[in-house]
Amino acid sequence: MFRNQYDTDVTTWSPAGRLFQVEYAMEAVKQGSAAIGLRSKTHAVLACVNKANSELSSHQRKIFKVDDHIGVAIAGLTADGRVLSRYMRSECINYGYTYESPLPIGRLVVQLADKAQVCTQRSWKRPYGVGLLVAGLDESGAHLYYNCPSGNYFEYQAFAIGSRSQAAKTYLERKFENFPDSSRDDLIKDALFAIRETLQGEKLTSSVCTVSVVGVGEAFNILGQKTVQALINEFEISGEEAPATVSAAEEAAGGDAAAADQGGAAAEEEAAPMDI
Amino acid sequence: MMRTSFAALIIASCILMRAFVKPSPLHTLEMDTLLTSEGDSQRTQYPYVTGTSVIGIKYKDGILMAADMGGSYGSTIRYKSVERIKQVGKHSLIGASGEISDFQEILKYLDELILHDNMWDDGNSLGPKEVHSYLTRVMYNRRNKFDPLWNSLVIGGVKNGHKYLGSVSMIGVNFEDDHIATGFGNHLARPLLREEWREDLSFEEGVKLLEKCMRNLLYRDRSAVNKIQIAKITEEGLTVSQPYSLKTFWIFSAFQNPTVGAEGSW
Repeated sequence: MFRNQYDTDVTTWSPAGRLFQVEYAMEAVKQGSAAIGLRSKTHAVLACVNKANSELSSHQRKIFKVDDHIGVAIAGLTADGRVLSRYMRSECINYGYTYESPLPIGRLVVQLADKAQVCTQRSWKRPYGVGLLVAGLDESGAHLYYNCPSGNYFEYQAFAIGSRSQAAKTYLERKFENFPDSSRDDLIKDALFAIRETLQGEKLTSSVCTVSVVGVGEAFNILGQKTVQALINEFEISGEEAPATVSAAEEAAGGDAAAADQGGAAAEEEAAPMDI
Repeated sequence: MMRTSFAALIIASCILMRAFVKPSPLHTLEMDTLLTSEGDSQRTQYPYVTGTSVIGIKYKDGILMAADMGGSYGSTIRYKSVERIKQVGKHSLIGASGEISDFQEILKYLDELILHDNMWDDGNSLGPKEVHSYLTRVMYNRRNKFDPLWNSLVIGGVKNGHKYLGSVSMIGVNFEDDHIATGFGNHLARPLLREEWREDLSFEEGVKLLEKCMRNLLYRDRSAVNKIQIAKITEEGLTVSQPYSLKTFWIFSAFQNPTVGAEGSW
């Protein structure tokens, strides 16, 4: 899409009935590094690609635990994603305090979507530049939702967002019919395969990806690096030859907070800034 | 001579004037209005129309709850058709003792809560545990403002096979148990329940046990009336019985000649 005279304000419609600022915000999601999610009837898996800026830095946290029964993976402006994760955690805690019961994920994503919509209808705000894959449980089992900067939300059996996500989506489209009855471990295996698709030839190791699971009877947890590497070896998903990026960033295990100053601002350039 | 005494008089009168004109700095008129908001006193109230005990028990298939239909106005039994057990959503029952108008207020809050829950229309619903927790928050917050809802509530229900029975008091004390009673029921009914309650009571056994407790209350609680309702809630649904009376027995020999041992008494 090209610059035009209707894209300065989020509150300006174009003659074709589009809000360009909102659409630009969705572009920011496409620039972020890939995140994928898939679910069965009882479990949901979120996985994402983490690349560190340089060998000296740790990589950014892109998967957040929101509550024991809900987790979120983000793509896009990670700072916006952190803020929304904090909101989600707050909502879950408040609901749990009043009702002593977990907030159903379906209700949380609606609240999140309504919050995002507000930013598309105020001239002094801007849309959140982050897409969220929310995985969690409610009374009817496991669910996966995608929340857009536009304020829309959709439920998915499996989905992928971020850069090079189309490759993952193609893989998932081939396999998704089996997902509802998949076992937890098969679901994780499929997630790793999908992540490998987005790497497009690079070697899949546990230092470039993060995997998390939530399920009936299993609280949301992020799998440890060793566990993931063992799974990769077991399923022999490593793939083709290993280029330079066999990261020596072993110290970045767990990928905790303290992301080095990842330039959140300018979205120009070919090397997508959020592709970190 | 005259001048100094005159000066003393003026000084004395100034001091006296100050005593009448200005209140002491520790207690101003403004402080009184801060303690009460807008004039109506929000301090501890008194209950006016009250209901007496509610008893609840878990049984094999769900929860049974019993309460009489009396609303007392002090020592007068003023109203005899007060429904003190009501349905809350698909899964719960609430029974209340204490101030009837506060119970009606609570039912309004619950009505709104359930309405919003239903409006989500998403397959999720608030069960008895959630309702109990919500009411605990409401009761405790009111207590903190020194403006309690003067009730003891019993919440019972079944959801997804789990039976739940709990209680909240007017000061926010809450707990769950296999059998619950409020008011006089705590003293007169619970000892019976402790002896005779079992996990696998059938419906008939449960009703008999509740009737035994209610009869005991009828004999000994002056605010009890002989018109009771028993409500049952199971996974399938809820029924509140039609009001009925308990049979009572008064032909005790001690009542035949009451003054036999004490002439002149009644």
